[in-house]
This record gives sequence, structure tokens and C-alpha cells, in this order.
Amino acid sequence: MSVCTLFVDGREVSAGAGETLLEVLRENGIDVPTLCNLEGLSAVGACRMCLVAVKGQGRLMPACTTRVWDHMEVTTHDERLDRYRRGVLELLFAERNHVCSVCVASGHCELQSLAAQLGMDHVRFDYLHPPLAVDASHPRFAIDHNRCILCTRCVRVCDEIEGAHTWDVAGRGVKAWVVTDLAEPWGESSTCTSCGKCVQVCPTGSLFVKGHAVGEMEKRTAFLPYLARRRKGTP
Amino acid sequence: MRPRLATVWLDGCSGCHMSLLDMDERLLDVATRYELVYSPLIDAKEFPDNVDVTLVEGAVSTEADLAKIRKIRGRTRTLVSLGDCAVTGNIPALRNLLPPGEALAVYDHPPRSEVPALRHVQPVHQVVPVELHLPGCPPSADAIHEVLIALLEGRAPDVRGARFGN
Repeated sequence: MSVCTLFVDGREVSAGAGETLLEVLRENGIDVPTLCNLEGLSAVGACRMCLVAVKGQGRLMPACTTRVWDHMEVTTHDERLDRYRRGVLELLFAERNHVCSVCVASGHCELQSLAAQLGMDHVRFDYLHPPLAVDASHPRFAIDHNRCILCTRCVRVCDEIEGAHTWDVAGRGVKAWVVTDLAEPWGESSTCTSCGKCVQVCPTGSLFVKGHAVGEMEKRTAFLPYLARRRKGTP
Repeated sequence: MRPRLATVWLDGCSGCHMSLLDMDERLLDVATRYELVYSPLIDAKEFPDNVDVTLVEGAVSTEADLAKIRKIRGRTRTLVSLGDCAVTGNIPALRNLLPPGEALAVYDHPPRSEVPALRHVQPVHQVVPVELHLPGCPPSADAIHEVLIALLEGRAPDVRGARFGN
């Protein structure tokens, strides 16, 4: 495998050709916030949290879906990037009803902790307050669309790891939402295997195991890189 | 002269004020360094002029809240949104999801006269300018103390770790 040399925040870093920028940043201990990305799942560049500046490019690029090239010059943190990342979080909070104080995932939520980490302490935009449903028709799990950020981790883990493809995205723009089968109640799905992977990879309190009160829903994603490797046939 | 401090309680549960009291012995220090001129904790009836710092708990839910916060803003140098209701709308704003009037269905005996509620519950900064936001449901006593001391010392408060929810 040929090797590239990159300059990240002025620091020289080497990478294998074909690696994504995010992989290289993580290997070198350079922290970039992510929400939709999860090791073991394909990268989709949905959340825009990992946007970085690459010299010579006219636009910011998501580190998760950008392949490295030789002599790439990357800035991962500056005033503008941090401001944009906070702005993305503000838009996510404004778009649905993320009421941390009464959420099952409070204290274990990636959206909540990123807001604290990046100093996003208030939302400048008007909250949309959409009246969204909770589907509790599945015997063990439930989905609260109020908390969904459309990262599509559930869609990807169900398709790529479980192989069921129960979840998908319906609708467009602000009306997009995740659905089971053809937008039927989850409990009536003929494809869902009730494996619960979607629940574990969900970064917020949107997907949860029934019977959890505020702050009790902790997610476990450690199984994922292992399963992903096994699916590819490598140990 | 000591800086003049006020605390107000709009549409919230008073949990933020409980957290303020949870500063324990540090309250004595804060009380000697600030002059508390208006608060649910003292007996002032009218919000005074010339207040240096006002901590606002609660969202803006009624015409009365709106009138209060406008008056307070006009008389305060540094306005601090204290806690999630003030910062985001939080629980009071859940009724924004419902059609007008439907939130009254939670009461066994709904009020018979018109409720002077705003159609939408708003965070404080959507209504008047706010200098500082301290999220949390409630914010910790440590975070509130840090804000009060930082304002005395004229520096930016270090409230890393303060987050929405609890």
C-alpha cells in the first residue's frame, strides 16, 4: 500500500492511500467531533460535524467521506469551523423536540454531550416544535421521532450488519423521517428480527429499550467493529 | 458598593433556585459580596432600578412573564438565563407541540375563564437580549457559584461540563 504524507494543523502525519481523512485523524489522536459516523458502518457524511478545511478546496469537506491524498493540508479546528459545528448542533436542536431533562438517554447522549463539549449553550434559531409521534408498537423497543437527528445509523446497521434492511428514510428535507418497512408500525414489521442493533447504535434517546426512565438508557456499540469484521470474513 | 443581584422565577419549577441554595456555606460568601435586592427568597415587591446581575429561572409563558422580563431587562446590566427552561423553553415549551387550548386537557378542572398564556412558550433570549446562558436542569450549584464569582471578577465563567438536562 502506498503511503501519503499529510499536514494536519501544521503537523506532519502519514497515511495509507485509500484511507479516509477521519480514519487518519483518529489514528493520530486528532479529535474531530462526529455524530453520524460509527466504526463498523459505512460513512455517509450526513451530520456535517466532521467538516474540515482542506487547502486549495473551495468548500469545507467532511472528514468521514474524504479520501486522503499526498501533501493534503488540513485544518481541523479554527474559529470558523467551531462556529459552524455549533451552528449544526443548534439546527439539530431547533428542528425537533430534544428535551434532555426528560429524555431516556440524558447523560448518555452523543448530541447532548457534544453540545456541552463545543460550548453550544443556547439555540439562536426558533424551535420548530414539530408534533412528532412515538412508535411503541414493538414489544421490546420504541422509537421517539422527537429525538431523531436522521444520522441513519439505524438504517445502516440494519442493512449492513444485520442484513434485514427494516429501517429506511422516507420523505424529504425537514419532513424526512426513519421508517420501518413501508412506514408501517414497527411491531407489525415482517422483516425486523428484533436484534436491537439499531437501538444500541442510536446516538440519542430516539431508539430505546422499553422500561427505561429518564437517563437510564445507555447504549453499547462495542460489538459493532467486531461484527463488521466478521461480516467481511476477516477475523 | 457591592454589586446589586436579583433572581427571578418565571415559568419554571424553582429547581434552579433550589440549586442556587445548594451552594451551602458559599451562600454566606456570595451574600457578603453581592447585595440581594430582589428575589423569591426575599421580600421585595417591586423589581428595583439599577441591578447589576439578574439570574432568570423559567421560560416566558404568559403576558405577565413577558411584561416582567422586559421590565427586568431594562433595569439589569447583566442578564443570565439560568437553567434549561430559561435557555430552551424545556418542559413548559412542550405545550408548543399541541394545538391551542389542548394543553388544558391535563387539568381535571380546566379554568373557565381565558388563560392569559402566550401561544408559544419562549426561551428568554428569544424575547429580550441575554448576556449569559447557563444550561442544566438544574445547573449545578458549582456552576451557579462560578458564574456569580466570575461576574464579580470581570472574567468569563468557566462552566465547561454544564449541559442541557441533568
